[in-house]
Amino acid sequence: MMRASPARIVLYVICALVLVYLILPVLIIAPISFSSARFLTFPPPSFSLRWYQQYFSNPAWMQATRVTLTVALLTVVIATPLGVAAAYAISQSKLRIMRLIHMALLLPLVVPIIITAVGIFFVYAKVGLVATMPGLVLANVMLGLPYVIISVLAGLQSFDPAQEMVARSLGMNRLRSFFAVTLPQIKSSVIAGGIFAFISAMDETIVALFISGGQYQPLTKRMFTALRDEIDPTIAAISTLMTAASFMLVLLASTRQKRSG
Amino acid sequence: MLALVSPALLVILALIVLPVGWLAWQSIYHDGFTLENYRRVFTEDVYWRSFALTFEISLAVTLIALLLGYPVAYLANSVPKGWSILILSLVVLPFWTSVLVRAYAWLALLQRTGVINQFLRYLDVIAEPLALVHNTFGTVVATVHILLPFMVLPLYATMQKIPNDLMQAGASLGASPSLTFMRVFLPLSLPGVLAGCTMVFVLCLGFYITPELLGGGRTVMVSMLVSRNVELYNQFGAASAVAVVLLLSVLAIFFVVSRFISLDRVLGQK
Repeated sequence: MMRASPARIVLYVICALVLVYLILPVLIIAPISFSSARFLTFPPPSFSLRWYQQYFSNPAWMQATRVTLTVALLTVVIATPLGVAAAYAISQSKLRIMRLIHMALLLPLVVPIIITAVGIFFVYAKVGLVATMPGLVLANVMLGLPYVIISVLAGLQSFDPAQEMVARSLGMNRLRSFFAVTLPQIKSSVIAGGIFAFISAMDETIVALFISGGQYQPLTKRMFTALRDEIDPTIAAISTLMTAASFMLVLLASTRQKRSG
Repeated sequence: MLALVSPALLVILALIVLPVGWLAWQSIYHDGFTLENYRRVFTEDVYWRSFALTFEISLAVTLIALLLGYPVAYLANSVPKGWSILILSLVVLPFWTSVLVRAYAWLALLQRTGVINQFLRYLDVIAEPLALVHNTFGTVVATVHILLPFMVLPLYATMQKIPNDLMQAGASLGASPSLTFMRVFLPLSLPGVLAGCTMVFVLCLGFYITPELLGGGRTVMVSMLVSRNVELYNQFGAASAVAVVLLLSVLAIFFVVSRFISLDRVLGQK
């Protein structure tokens, strides 16, 4: 009825422009990373892999990449079981205090990250965790927990707790019935939550700026410092790789979530 | 059940409640109780200007995000399912790109020798490159880009729940499409507007990476004030006081908004 009206056409044009604004910066990175030019020129004069070579042959970038992957992996290994246990408790318990605990567990999403970062820095300075691997992992576990909890709680919503009661009435203890009955059914949201925690740890920058140092600096901290000084196309290569990695992970997580319904 | 939740709770208490508590304590205690840090935050020009600038930028970013996001959410809601999935995917695509990567992209696009300036000079539209970045303009452009999904998603979720019958009823009673939009659709979408604006505004208040990289040192937002007081000047008390004021502002906004809509609606999108 109103499909061809002028108002409708204006709407299409505005939306197309907004979508271009959203997508263009993400798309511009890859061509720059394959450019042969030392300085930014667009379109690139010719294609080359020199910035990728520069990245893979630079010990500092490689060390930072190892730190990032290690931290992200350890974060998932620790945050996932903690988050699953917490989400399970929140969904099963009728205690009134659980609502308060639930809100407390989502605090990392509410408190501005700069405040969290500076606060952790002060506490770490007192206990000697600044510029250490455990310190970095612990901070990322805290930041990743809400993602696991939100994802698992969503999965538990479509799960019928009566099934677990049945298993227990047949003689399984609580722990075994959880692993045999509940976990297989919420597996997808657990995996999705873990993937989100991984991405969150991989991208985390601000806390790392304050609490990491020495040989335990993640990729994001080195990128931030490099970006402050000069715009080196090596960063375009790293950015392209990071973007490709997170898109693949998100795709994996979303197919997982769909299956869990 | 409390035993199951306690490991996660312990991590949260140790790494966010304790640190924030520490900041609050440090802001009022230094060799004795003092309000000196707060006196400085509220009277010294540097602090005052930074807070004012941060609120101005956040307000501008929120309004721009609303103006850009509302049509997109509206379109996504009014086209067939396949198209709306495409539009929403394009909206959340940048959402999954690192904030640093996007800061780099905007530098590449906006700098003096950047893509946009080169293109405009190639077209002979401009003779001299425009100063598009290392200023407030660049900061706002990149910040809106990062926060736009937080506006579109709650808007879309709210619009989807508006029954189509109401629009048809409006039309059958003789109202023009624009009148039905103004009198029926727009008011019913307001909870989504409030949820989106809250999220964008609050996130923007605490922004750090984007203004630091694209502001060129001139756009000093509150979060940069906190980091500089810690890293450059060793003014831990002042940094703590600024952090506490920022946190209280955020909590106050959440509190006020929670009187009108459920906070789940705001936070559920993140």
